[in-house]
Amino acid sequence: MGSHGIKDRVAIVGMSCTPFREHWDKGTDDLLIDAAEAAYRSAGVTKDDVDAYWLGTAQSGMSGITLAAPLKLEGKPVTRVENMCATGSEALRQASYAVASGAYDVAMAIGVEKVKDSGYQGLNAFPIPNDGTARTLTAAAMFSLVLPAYAQRYGVDEDELRRVVARIASKNHANGAKNPLAQFRKEMSVEAICNMAAVAGRLSVFDCAGVADGSAAAIVVRAEDAHRYTDNPIYVKALSVVSGNGSGLLDPEYDYTTFRECAAAADDAYAQAGVTDPRRELALAEVHDCFTPTELVLMEDLRFAERGQAWKEELAGTFDLTGDMPVNTDGGLKSFGHPVGASGLRMLYEVFLQLRKEVPAERAIQNDRKLGLTHNLGGYPGEMVSFVGIFGSEPSA
Amino acid sequence: MRGIISAAGYVPHNRLDRAKITEFFGSGGGKGTRSVASYDQDTTTLAVEAGRYALAAAPDGCSPESLWFATAVPTYLDKTNATIVHAALRLDSSAAAYDLGGGVRSGIGALRAALASNDPAVLVTSADIRTGQATGGDEASGGDASAALLVGDDSAGPVIAEYLGAGSATREFLDTWRVPGESRTRHWEERFAETQFGPLADQAWNEALKAAGLSPEQVDVLVVAGSHSRAVKAAARKLGTGVGTVADDYSATIGNAGTAEAGLRLAGALEAATPGQVIALVGLADGVDVLLLRTTDAITDWQPARSIGDQIAGGNPDLPYAKFLSWRGQVTVEPPRRPEPARMSASAAGRSYDWKYGFVGSRDRESGAVHLPPSRVSFVGGNVDDMEPAPMADLQGTVLTFTVDKLVYSPSPPVVFAVVNFDGGGRLPVELTDVAADGVSIGDKVEMTFRRLNTSDGIANYFWKARPVR
Repeated sequence: MGSHGIKDRVAIVGMSCTPFREHWDKGTDDLLIDAAEAAYRSAGVTKDDVDAYWLGTAQSGMSGITLAAPLKLEGKPVTRVENMCATGSEALRQASYAVASGAYDVAMAIGVEKVKDSGYQGLNAFPIPNDGTARTLTAAAMFSLVLPAYAQRYGVDEDELRRVVARIASKNHANGAKNPLAQFRKEMSVEAICNMAAVAGRLSVFDCAGVADGSAAAIVVRAEDAHRYTDNPIYVKALSVVSGNGSGLLDPEYDYTTFRECAAAADDAYAQAGVTDPRRELALAEVHDCFTPTELVLMEDLRFAERGQAWKEELAGTFDLTGDMPVNTDGGLKSFGHPVGASGLRMLYEVFLQLRKEVPAERAIQNDRKLGLTHNLGGYPGEMVSFVGIFGSEPSA
Repeated sequence: MRGIISAAGYVPHNRLDRAKITEFFGSGGGKGTRSVASYDQDTTTLAVEAGRYALAAAPDGCSPESLWFATAVPTYLDKTNATIVHAALRLDSSAAAYDLGGGVRSGIGALRAALASNDPAVLVTSADIRTGQATGGDEASGGDASAALLVGDDSAGPVIAEYLGAGSATREFLDTWRVPGESRTRHWEERFAETQFGPLADQAWNEALKAAGLSPEQVDVLVVAGSHSRAVKAAARKLGTGVGTVADDYSATIGNAGTAEAGLRLAGALEAATPGQVIALVGLADGVDVLLLRTTDAITDWQPARSIGDQIAGGNPDLPYAKFLSWRGQVTVEPPRRPEPARMSASAAGRSYDWKYGFVGSRDRESGAVHLPPSRVSFVGGNVDDMEPAPMADLQGTVLTFTVDKLVYSPSPPVVFAVVNFDGGGRLPVELTDVAADGVSIGDKVEMTFRRLNTSDGIANYFWKARPVR
């Protein structure tokens, strides 16, 4: 028994990411074709070179046919995966394990979500028949539960904490403003965000991720083959998923100031990758800032800050683009929106670009570390799935 | 001996100040307040509230063989509403559940039939939501409330008021009527009904006294219930000659509770009574019914779970008139632009019967960990199928954290929501009700209440919410 990971056994040799937009003029098929074709070009392969496909989509289609039909794949294995907001990362995880197992030489992980055809704002899961007792709160409200709990536990003034999370939004929008792929490219001041009307607890609309359509893709090969495709492969160091058992909703001890599943996935991923001091070893992290309190808590769960200290670190600028530990350098879910199946791969795309030094100077990280982290969570405080991946520009010695 | 074993009235938390009607329309309204059922209450949930109070005040282990539910505003037709009350009260499946309905007279009729029945114990519930139309007299004078009276033999529990006898008088005449589905009650000229009620009241009164072997002077408390206020006043004046006292009604605070009025007034009289008092309950509705009861020594030891007086005093006097109008469907407000809830699954609800209707979780026998909802596998230790039922409806809890959701679909936004830790173990993140959006703090104590969460495809979806302990 044990979680051993596949450190340095596979590498990502090509990636793509469509602009994240309200793509009124593009359907799921168009987004998939755009992302797949760009990923093929990035890796220098054709669709026939790819032996197997994993498609992540939460609710834009059923089965592998959702991908095989628009791409007109011939006789290829395509598996649709779903793991809530970790769906895109889950597709990568499956593709990576398939290649690491030796079953395939080349695999594609591709994620997509066509969110804007529902007629409603926000994300709306389709209903599974049930007994009518389930909670029916918005995700924004569920994550807003964190703020009073955090303020209470650590004795932080609630108004101060409100400014802290507004600063998280402001930071991510500042990063996103520099990124042409992002949905929102406008900087937002802390003051402006604080002055907006609350919609869930103390959160305003600008404490919430945007809602966009998009797709992203990665080509995965065995590490020893990587240099046949590129001079700058990005090696998979760790892939961890923890599916929570919902005990936070049952357990009076759970206090809403941490996401146990995320901390557990981080521990597992750091062990797989051999990372002992993430704050010093990681060049950047792309984390699931679905709502601003989420990113606050994640800084502690991912061990970028001590318990009860993330709010101070945020105010000190630690997680800014130029800070000690840059977080969400591409603008995050805040700026990109959250096409569920694509977001995990969109985060990986940023790590891929930053570690390969392929971003323009104005939005490049300032350190020279060799590891990047991506993180997703799906669900709510007390009951969530979490993914943590670690990727590096150098294989182990 | 047969009679009343326990009793309760339930008054919803919100009050409409009748002056607000006048302020808004320039007409209608009046003095005082009326009670208003919340948007998440219907007559079924009102009956559950009163039923819970009545059973809580009954001796331990006293469980009715029958549940009767009378209302003029049933949530369902064809389908029995009383089975939902039965489920929420966690009555044994061997107990029957029946609706009586349509006419407001079914309230006192159910009570009389229960007193005359052979069932060892019958829980008689009645509830009403009186809406009327804006500026109308019924809007101002009506009130939403429920009552529950546990009727039975002393073999089922100590009788606090012995049934002495009854009289009825019936003769068809057109007084008030309402077309099913409408909120407006229509009225013939009031004077006509007044002339009809008078002789019928005399007849029923004399029959009841004769049946009980009493003279009017032996009646200590006269309670006259009915929505025809002139006829009620006239009957109280005439029948009250020679009796001890005529009980005040709740028109200044609750309003007239229609089908529930007789039960509510009787519950109130019992709360105020001392041993050995004869109480006469007179109901005027399409005829007249008179019930005579004498309180026993056992009433000294009987304590209401929550007195009607306390509920009147603890109400929220600040309900905006616009909320009343929108809750009752008199004004249609735009719902949030979010998907409406899907209808509940009957089979899924059937599987979670104890949880959904009775708020019963499970407790791991080994670790003691409480699971809400019930679970087969313990989150502490992982034991499988080693759980016992954990009834939670009567426990209080404490707010750990909370939020206000202005985005989510609700019949009356916003949704106030809290993570609640229960006394003695167990947690549930749950919606709050009967609370202002700015009225919650960490550490607040809450208790559980049975509510109608939403309605889809005509299916009323019931579950529990938490409300502040008041």
